[in-house]
Amino acid sequence: MKRLNSKEELFKLYEELKKEREKEKRYIAVCNGTGCLANRGLEVFLAFKEEVEKRNLADVGVTVRGTGCHGFCGRGPLVVIYPEKIFYQKVKPEDVPEIVEKTVVNGEVVERLLYEDPATGEKILHEEDIPFYKKQMRLLLAANGIIDPKSIYDYISIGGYQALAKALTEMTPRGIIDEVIKSGLRGRGGAGFPTGWKWDDAAKHDSPIKYVICNADEGDPGAYMDRSLLEGNPHSVIEGMIIGAYAVGATEGYIYVRKEYPLAVENATIAIQQAKELGLLGENILGTDFSFDIKIVRGGGAFVCGESSALMASIEGRVGEPRSKYIHATESGLWGRPTVLNNVETWANVPIIITRGADWYATIGTEGSKGTKIFSLVGAVNNTGLVEVPMGITLREVIFDIGGGIPGGKKFKAVQTGGPSGGCLPAELLDLPVDFDSLDEAGSMMGSGGMIVMDEGACMVDVARYFVKFLTEESCGKCTPCREGLRQMLETLNKITRGEGTEEDIALLEELGEVIANASLCGLGKSAPNPVLSTIRYFRDEYLEHVRDKKCRAGVCKALVTYVIDEEACTGCHVCALRCPVGAISGERKQPHRIDPEKCIKCGICKEVCKFNAVKVI
Amino acid sequence: MIELDLEKIKRDVAEVFERYGRDPARMIEILQDLQDIYHWLPKELLKEVSRQTGVPLTRVYHMATFFKAFSLKPRGKYVIQVCTGTACHVKGAYMVLDQLKNVLGIDVGETTDDLMFTLETVNCVGACALAPVVVINDYYHGYVTPGKVESLIKEYREQQ
Repeated sequence: MKRLNSKEELFKLYEELKKEREKEKRYIAVCNGTGCLANRGLEVFLAFKEEVEKRNLADVGVTVRGTGCHGFCGRGPLVVIYPEKIFYQKVKPEDVPEIVEKTVVNGEVVERLLYEDPATGEKILHEEDIPFYKKQMRLLLAANGIIDPKSIYDYISIGGYQALAKALTEMTPRGIIDEVIKSGLRGRGGAGFPTGWKWDDAAKHDSPIKYVICNADEGDPGAYMDRSLLEGNPHSVIEGMIIGAYAVGATEGYIYVRKEYPLAVENATIAIQQAKELGLLGENILGTDFSFDIKIVRGGGAFVCGESSALMASIEGRVGEPRSKYIHATESGLWGRPTVLNNVETWANVPIIITRGADWYATIGTEGSKGTKIFSLVGAVNNTGLVEVPMGITLREVIFDIGGGIPGGKKFKAVQTGGPSGGCLPAELLDLPVDFDSLDEAGSMMGSGGMIVMDEGACMVDVARYFVKFLTEESCGKCTPCREGLRQMLETLNKITRGEGTEEDIALLEELGEVIANASLCGLGKSAPNPVLSTIRYFRDEYLEHVRDKKCRAGVCKALVTYVIDEEACTGCHVCALRCPVGAISGERKQPHRIDPEKCIKCGICKEVCKFNAVKVI
Repeated sequence: MIELDLEKIKRDVAEVFERYGRDPARMIEILQDLQDIYHWLPKELLKEVSRQTGVPLTRVYHMATFFKAFSLKPRGKYVIQVCTGTACHVKGAYMVLDQLKNVLGIDVGETTDDLMFTLETVNCVGACALAPVVVINDYYHGYVTPGKVESLIKEYREQQ
């Protein structure tokens, strides 16, 4: 790789790479995001490589590209054939020769691999026509599907690093900060602090050493947009960091990434290496006076390390315990130096704002929340995956138009947003606009963007218990309200789900929740009661059923349910009896079977294997 | 009892420490790399880390017990991680976990006597669309149900 010593050299390289890309007659984009890889995506990718090689198709301009996450993870592995953008889903390695023969060579479509709209039964040819993608506005995720994240040339070929060139040569640090302030960008990590003001504060503090940090310790269970960005387009994050560093006067940066994301670690490491070789990181970036370097630190799997002061402590080689923040990190952060810490998605927004301008950016979204937000739409919803939408879209549009509604004809019950610090919102609030302020008011929060849809099969008491258990384990233990308060909350919720709760317990939960929220040291504790308080607020009936009637209507709380066989529906096929791990099911063949409640461990296998839906949970 | 080669520990610690420019502040990375080699962090190793880096043993131990990624107990050949992220939870991960406990006869955090399987939970692996997910030695199994558990374990036993 040849070092780029000026903006002009970058543009020259861009022109060359663009031309080269235009020469590609056809390229096959195979999703290599984690979701697709888990579904044999790598085998599909390798099969394409082999097939293209076997037929010498490279000579006629056919290339195979392993790309980042396309977002529609529930339908993976995904393959898109360019330039027609023919979208194939659930592709198996066995399908590859047929796709190459028919589509790549002869330009025909393999019908059975197309997406079928469950509502209309219509087969859809192009990615952008699929309802899942139609209402999305993919700014940050746009490049994920068309570039190889392991190739800096791919990123440059679509205009990458030009925002950096503009920032370094045409803008002053002050000008960049003003632009970011004007854009209205707010931190995507959860709290929604205005990014530009954070930078402004760090820039004001005079220090020979300053740091910028990328928080990729995506700890919210049920959220994986940061993972996909860092895996699928690491250079966009790095470019954002370099621009931010230049604006605030930082010389060193860190990406703190979860160890549970090996592919993100790998792709970010490669990206940093390549950026250094091209002179986009390191000494005298693009031949200017500005020097900046980035290191990667792998997090050790502690949810609290997503909190900024805990994260910095762990970079410094200490345990990740937060401190009280009467002095902001922008004044005294990492090693006591002014530090700007932003989330992955926030950094990835920066090049877009610089390239297209704050005025344009600020046209997207609502008054208080600008731009787009990526959500991981998961749980009981037909189309699962990553969706990027303009702020202000309603929950209903996301869940029903993009997500395709609830599967299996079940009813929507709640949507959980904001991770363990967020809350559960009921059907009445489906028309709530999704932005920082509206979600806060409703008792939930934006968080990092998890959106977990729940149907009638979810028990709201159990969901609250689940989050409190999670937070009890993840509480660092430094302050008492969080450590002990959560433990008491968990014990009370356990009591309720065991059927031993009373109505006083519900009041106790509310009281405890208030104390924990007011008295905890860091954001983890302050927001920890949200899942409990929001479920009590919107689903009090369910709590009352648990404590008064000792019933769990969703059939989740094991102590409150019994498995029985509906004698009318049972055909006596005996499959359940054969599969029952404890021999609790008896009955003659072709006669209705019975479950012995004394022996039954409620493992759910009988219900799973019954083809006649005869096993009921009551 | 697992026999430890103290000389190898010394060498490994020295090599990893060198990799991070002999900077004790990179402790989390140092322990990560050592855990990758040994799959757990034996007492002798932590002592050696403390000796070579000059960081008090209490601090090293504090780090090793604070972060979930580190194990102070030996782990099995196959580490089974049941994702208990929210999406997996609402799709029944707890049922899968219970069934794994039944089939393996161990609780979370334990290892089977034959050192074949270690059962762990993990708070979201970022593959929520495939929920419930079980990761076995970095291989992702999606859409796992209680009924599939026994055959899944059998598959790994037979790979042996």
